[in-house]
Amino acid sequence: MSHPLLSFRDAVKEFPARGRGRRRGAPVRAVDGVTLDIDAGEVFGVIGYSGAGKSTLVRLANALETTTAGSVVVDGTDLTGLSEAQLRPVRAGIGMIFQQFNLLASRTVAGNVAYPLEVAGWPRADRDARVRELLDFVGIGDKADVHPARLSGGQKQRVGIARALATSPRLLLADEATSALDPETTADVLALLQRVNRELGITVVVITHEMEVVRSICHRVAVMEAGRVVELGDAYRVFSAPEHPVTRRFVASALRDVPSSAVLARLRERHPGRIVTARIDEVSGSSAQVTRVLAEHGVDGTIVFGGITELAERPYGSLTVELVGHDAAVHAALDGLRAATTVVDHGTATRPAAEGSDR
Amino acid sequence: MSPDLVPLLGQAFGETVFMVLITLAVGGVCGLALGLGLYLTRPGNLLEHRGVFAVLNVAVNVVRPIPFIIFLVALGPVTRAVVGTTIGTGAFTFAMCVMASFVFARLVEQNLVSIDPGVIEAARAMGASPLRIVRTVVVPEALSPLILGYTFLFVGVLDMSAIAGYLGAGGLGDFAIVYGYRQYDWALTALVVVIIIVVVQLVQWLGNGLARRALRR
Ligand SMILES: Nc1ncnc2c1ncn2[C@@H]1O[C@H](COP(=O)(O)OP(=O)(O)OP(=O)(O)O)[C@@H](O)[C@H]1O
Ligand SMILES: [Mg+2]
Repeated sequence: MSHPLLSFRDAVKEFPARGRGRRRGAPVRAVDGVTLDIDAGEVFGVIGYSGAGKSTLVRLANALETTTAGSVVVDGTDLTGLSEAQLRPVRAGIGMIFQQFNLLASRTVAGNVAYPLEVAGWPRADRDARVRELLDFVGIGDKADVHPARLSGGQKQRVGIARALATSPRLLLADEATSALDPETTADVLALLQRVNRELGITVVVITHEMEVVRSICHRVAVMEAGRVVELGDAYRVFSAPEHPVTRRFVASALRDVPSSAVLARLRERHPGRIVTARIDEVSGSSAQVTRVLAEHGVDGTIVFGGITELAERPYGSLTVELVGHDAAVHAALDGLRAATTVVDHGTATRPAAEGSDR
Repeated sequence: MSPDLVPLLGQAFGETVFMVLITLAVGGVCGLALGLGLYLTRPGNLLEHRGVFAVLNVAVNVVRPIPFIIFLVALGPVTRAVVGTTIGTGAFTFAMCVMASFVFARLVEQNLVSIDPGVIEAARAMGASPLRIVRTVVVPEALSPLILGYTFLFVGVLDMSAIAGYLGAGGLGDFAIVYGYRQYDWALTALVVVIIIVVVQLVQWLGNGLARRALRR
């Protein structure tokens, strides 16, 4: 098997305490013993709440920060102990895009994209051709001579992506690259990142606190909390069967397909029957199965809440259904559903079940 | 104004221009270097170095507030060591260059701290060396305020040149006092004042224009 493109081995990054004397606080362990392998060709997500250490982790990958302990290996090169001058070519070989785009206001779009080529010592004519090619790839070929101040957020991030791809890196790091964009523009930029991965074969690491980003483009995901990776795996697995509480919170906040207690209270006013929430995913069950089980038992199922979306290009979601029929039939149908998928029984308005109250 | 004063006024104008231009050139270069040093060695910045930053910072803080007329005298021993004498245009111009460097250093630093650290981070991430970042990111990104700061420096230098002139370096300030103020020739004094105002206005206008052009994006 080929070696991973990027690996962290017990990587630790500690920032010295701020302040002086008595006001001196404790040192901050922004990254606290992370071991992680990112394979060539994948889109890898790192998700976590603010302060979890995500940015610090990627900054270790392109040596903007150096590890306090442990090691980081990029494409076979161990960064541990390299001098500042030795780290520069490593950085140049890794693309990075930023939440605030970080474009040079004093240069045009073309000048910005040419910057890394200048650093790499490309001759002018080659630079111009490459810049044109890149701007066409990201879809802003007509903006070459415009200054960044005149661009929209989405266009700025396209410039950022073109700039990051200029020297044909094998690895692209995206730190909250869509967090400053509206949902529609976010989708466009994510689609572009997906093209970067598929068409150019570039490995992409996306840092985010938005589940939506992971949901739409990541193959694998690491969930971070307090400097540690608390959950790691196939994006579909992690989100269809989250294990760590932090992951559960992300899943719940992103999909909003499971009724909260307030929603449930409103549902009960309108739907006196038995309300159940059935999970729809590849692992536990499909909506066809739900329909079939209800039909088999002669129970009417009215969908009252929920939805099915895609996670890593596979179906995922849940349906909340009001079951109407004879008590015995409803019971049997419920057992049938339980055999097919994960079910949360909310009970009826008159006899609510405690089961559903944990979310 | 009597006609025989005209060549004297011309000469005074020439002396002032000489002092101001030399000071602007030397003070501009040294001040930019000092200011960049302050900015780069500041904790958290590209070439973070507590010791160097502390020394530069204290030096600038000590020198800058000293009234120029006192500084001129206090710098005497240094001036003698460098220029060989403490009087004459050369000696005064040297003192002006030193003062201008410290004044401009602070102006430069204040304008550089407003640069978005993100763009410097991006340049680092692309593998740029600190020297290249200074040349291609720090200075170009702050060019407009730097030009305005330099224009501001010009006015300060003109002010210093009048004091230096009075103490023996010649120039417009000296001319205004010797032939205007002392002779109760208010018209002559006013004429010099008008000349200075016009020059300052012209330079300010030029500086504003260049700064605006640097900002056109
Ligand atoms: N240069 C630094 N000096 C001191 N502490 C730092 C530094 N950079 C980050 N930290 C601290 O390290 C911790 C992790 O920060 P980091 O920026 O990696 O988090 P993050 O997950 O990217 O958060 P966010 O979503 O807000 O960007 C935080 O507590 C932060 O205050
Ligand atoms: Mg961050």
